[in-house]
Amino acid sequence: MSDKPKIGIYWCSSCGGCEEAIVDLNETLLDVVAAVDIVFWPVAMDFKYEDVENLEDGELLASFINGAIRLSEQEEIAKLLRRKSQLVFAFGSCAIMGGIPGLANMTNREEVFTRVYKEMESNDNPENTVPQTEILVDGKYNLKLPEFFNSVYPLDQIIPVDYYIPGCAPSPDTIKDAFTAILEGKLPEKGTVLSPNKSMCDTCPRKETKPDKVEIEKFTRPHQYDKLDDGKCFLEAGIICMGPATRGGCGERCINANMPCRGCYGPSNNVKDQGLRMLSVLASIIKSDKEEEIAEVLATLPDLIGPLYMYGLPSSILFHKRIE
Amino acid sequence: MTETGFEPKIVAFVCNWCSYVGADIAGSMKLKYTPNVNLIRVMCSGRVDPEFIMEAFRGGADGVMVLGCHPGDCHYIEGNYNTLKRYSMLKPLLDQFNIEQDRLYLDWVSASEGEKFARVMDEMNDRITQLGPLNWDKVIDTRQGGEV
Repeated sequence: MSDKPKIGIYWCSSCGGCEEAIVDLNETLLDVVAAVDIVFWPVAMDFKYEDVENLEDGELLASFINGAIRLSEQEEIAKLLRRKSQLVFAFGSCAIMGGIPGLANMTNREEVFTRVYKEMESNDNPENTVPQTEILVDGKYNLKLPEFFNSVYPLDQIIPVDYYIPGCAPSPDTIKDAFTAILEGKLPEKGTVLSPNKSMCDTCPRKETKPDKVEIEKFTRPHQYDKLDDGKCFLEAGIICMGPATRGGCGERCINANMPCRGCYGPSNNVKDQGLRMLSVLASIIKSDKEEEIAEVLATLPDLIGPLYMYGLPSSILFHKRIE
Repeated sequence: MTETGFEPKIVAFVCNWCSYVGADIAGSMKLKYTPNVNLIRVMCSGRVDPEFIMEAFRGGADGVMVLGCHPGDCHYIEGNYNTLKRYSMLKPLLDQFNIEQDRLYLDWVSASEGEKFARVMDEMNDRITQLGPLNWDKVIDTRQGGEV
């Protein structure tokens, strides 16, 4: 075994897009592999949990964990990697804020199991079997399955996290900068999100077209609007663009594809709740001071959780919908 | 004290220029009103970030009130209009989190309306007593979801 620093990569509740983003580094990935040994990466290479357990505590220079925490297995491995690693990086929106899987905090385990295992139209489950944590097969094999939690958690609610690499998925530049900082020993103080602390609007290519005072009379959804490519500020057209409440550094990939920002880079420092910050922005641009007219404008926006908390529900102040 | 022994915890954000003076007037008029409301003075009702309101609910408040100057009377000209718009938007959001909309209340109380101040406090207390405790800490601690 070489004496190169060792790193681990693990996925929890995620789509695999973050792993894809690492592979998308192309040649840069070869530089990374030349500098470090990847000793754990279940998606791409064959390792067992035992291999990690057999490492000394703190033997890994860094672990990159993507995905939210939904299962007891994910919690277990996250805690194991925390013990074995000097640095833990929350990689991607799901690990940082809960991400799109985090929208499941609008429901709970019972509702998920009922829908998925009992009611789904394509199911063939006459005995209404739902996953159990323990089951005896053929009277002699005692099988254990991970527990499915009632809520989805961001990584830092489970283990201490040293750095955050934001994005859904993180842009190649964000990842490259992070790897460079690690390898050159130029990491900022712990707890930092490795992306600029300015709003996405600051670097938005459509910034110049934003009027001094944005005022809207109704909310519009992108599919209802046929001038997405006119190069003008989306907010002015009443389209919810999370730019004002979102950290920049993403390379404005969505804007350049003529779509509004969804907020995947999360809020900037000092903002606790990205959705509520955006709610303030949206409320202030409604062009009316009268209660009835405000209600009319808001009637064009039937769902608030979707646009405001697409990535951040589990890291929001309220965390979970109340279910009696 | 109600029959169930439930005393609501209510947080009220009151603006420095109108409603807080209204509270003062209620005091000098020796008006009696519920002790369950904790007043927090802010310079303007427009300073009440939605985060404050949600933090109050998360921290154990059963109800949250925002009191400001009457429309047109804002010391900062349009602060209370922003409050009205945010409040109108917060209500459906609370709905989606399954928090009764009545747990959040906005009203205008001027510097001379001591009686109105005492009245809205009591009315809020009655509404929240009816609704019962919110107990958001139980919502946060949902890890063990019980048997399915």
